[in-house]
Amino acid sequence: MSALTVPARQGENAGPRPVPWRAMAWVTWRQHRLALAGVAAMFGVAALYLLIAGLPMHRAYAPLVACHPAGKASCQQADGTFLSTYAPGVGYVLGLAQVIPALIGAFAAAPVLARELETGTFRYAWTQGFGRTRWAVAKLVLLAVAVTSAAGAFSVLVSWYVHPLWAAGDNNGPLYPTIFDLRGVALAAWTLAAFAIGALAGALIRRVVPAMFATIAAWAGLAFATGAFLRGHYAAPLTSTKAGVNTHRAWVISQVWRSGGRPATLDMIRQTLHAIDVQAVTPGLFQPGPATPANVDPVRYLVQHGYTLVTTYQPDGRFWPFQWIEGGWLLALSLLLFAAVVWLVRRRAA
Amino acid sequence: MNVIEASGLGKRYGSTWALRECTLAIPAGRVAALVGPNGAGKTTMLNLAVGLAAPTTGVVAVLGGWPAGSPAALDGIAFAAQNTPLYKNFSAADMLHLTRNLNRRFDQGYAQARLDELGIPLKRKTGQLSGGQQAQLALTLALARRPQLLVLDEPMATLDPLARHDFMATVMTAVADDGVSVVLSSHVLAELERVADYLILVSRGMVQAAGEVEDLLACHQVLTGPAAEAGRYAERLSVVHARHGGAQAHLLVRTSRTAGMPPPGWEAHSVNLEELTLAYLREPAAGALPGPARAMRAGRAEVAK
Repeated sequence: MSALTVPARQGENAGPRPVPWRAMAWVTWRQHRLALAGVAAMFGVAALYLLIAGLPMHRAYAPLVACHPAGKASCQQADGTFLSTYAPGVGYVLGLAQVIPALIGAFAAAPVLARELETGTFRYAWTQGFGRTRWAVAKLVLLAVAVTSAAGAFSVLVSWYVHPLWAAGDNNGPLYPTIFDLRGVALAAWTLAAFAIGALAGALIRRVVPAMFATIAAWAGLAFATGAFLRGHYAAPLTSTKAGVNTHRAWVISQVWRSGGRPATLDMIRQTLHAIDVQAVTPGLFQPGPATPANVDPVRYLVQHGYTLVTTYQPDGRFWPFQWIEGGWLLALSLLLFAAVVWLVRRRAA
Repeated sequence: MNVIEASGLGKRYGSTWALRECTLAIPAGRVAALVGPNGAGKTTMLNLAVGLAAPTTGVVAVLGGWPAGSPAALDGIAFAAQNTPLYKNFSAADMLHLTRNLNRRFDQGYAQARLDELGIPLKRKTGQLSGGQQAQLALTLALARRPQLLVLDEPMATLDPLARHDFMATVMTAVADDGVSVVLSSHVLAELERVADYLILVSRGMVQAAGEVEDLLACHQVLTGPAAEAGRYAERLSVVHARHGGAQAHLLVRTSRTAGMPPPGWEAHSVNLEELTLAYLREPAAGALPGPARAMRAGRAEVAK
């Protein structure tokens, strides 16, 4: 009895002309229009808010531009009033906007594969003539491009929104953690990464709700770790031992007093400043007392008494290099995650 | 041409073999029934054939040699999975549109005419259709792709008798009109007896018997005779299943075409499909698998010792 011989028509390339890619446009739209509408609604509401809150701010800012000369005391005071009126509110809005990528990852990306796998419809989708690999690639590309472009457009609006604050002299520059990832290419890159994380979580976990939570958790961990540990190392930070260094709009990573080649403790600083009746609340916050001489600056006083203020910072001019670095590695990470999703779809057994 | 051809095919999930050493060749133009108890490996075999699962061992080729799951295989095979997975928030019309977009061929006119005939409203969400209507919709989607091979996994498990009848009527019309080959699995035999002309019996992940129904019936017979002599014959004949009723013993045996007359005192009866299938289902260890090479050489499967 001879073994079963499988005829030689093995070449996968010799198959029929494939179903055109454009067929997936309607499929993707029909299956994910609710998620896309949700993303559009979220960006729409957020954009509307930025416009409604931003237009009065821009109107209030217009007279400040006209104030001449800029260094005049009344102009400075107007700037200060403007900042104290608007800066806190803007801070809250920017903080809230941080969650945008996570929501997109959880609600638009995680269900893409998880729902098919959870309800069994992948048995329908993956046995159609289109082919499961192309099906997965087409869906991921179309949806990722859609949400990433929306995020990119939104970040332009964010830049417009925060511009008056910086122009009026707000100390938080473009590298400040809650604004850095909402402008430039970063918001689009973070949205893409969140989308890729969501798609992979869905393919791995195969159930919609757990995949959504996993997406939010993974994205939050990555975003926090990046801001806390990674971003500061994109380029070696500048270090200054000059007490009066201008750190305006720079991202100050650390500022410590040193004395005699060693870090100065708060107690040492307190003892030194006791002579001029200045209370050191922290190494950076000094409270003059009633006996403090009128023309003594505590910082200069410490420098005169052998202290050195060591400031480590990233200057605001590094905004765009940092944007490209962060955008670049997030793009690479996203492509890697997408490749993992496609690989999982290919090898996933029914 | 063989629509499904497997050689040494095996699939393991974790440490459990769902299918082992499956070697068979299902010729084109048949309605092939894959019969076995629940958990016998029917779904695994079909998943391997449509490319949803990858084999652990062996190979499976379809439509005359294409690898399962390759573009040509996907193009020529329409599959309706168990429990009819449809997008529940899609209307029937959306499902037609979706399937048309995902395939090179889609006979929209046929699909609409079928649904119209069945009284399935195009605008209704699939989740609001009855079980029978969902199964019919899934079948219509599959047939409108004008496949060479239609694979149905437990298509009638959830249907009432009337819906089963209507469902099989649709399948048989397509067979008659377009000559589509059909492979369908079931653990219910009654609904297949009238339609299947090729039978594959599986049990515990192994193929027990496979072949043309006609040949399988011709190669088995029931011998009835004194129970006292049953043990003696059981040694000489290949008994699939023995049933004892009082003094009489009924032995379902495999015979060769050249088999002579039954021994004196014994009577031979031909078997029907139900008896044959039940005998094998009762004896999961019994095997009568013809060599597939022989099946191919002879052009049809032959059951022989």
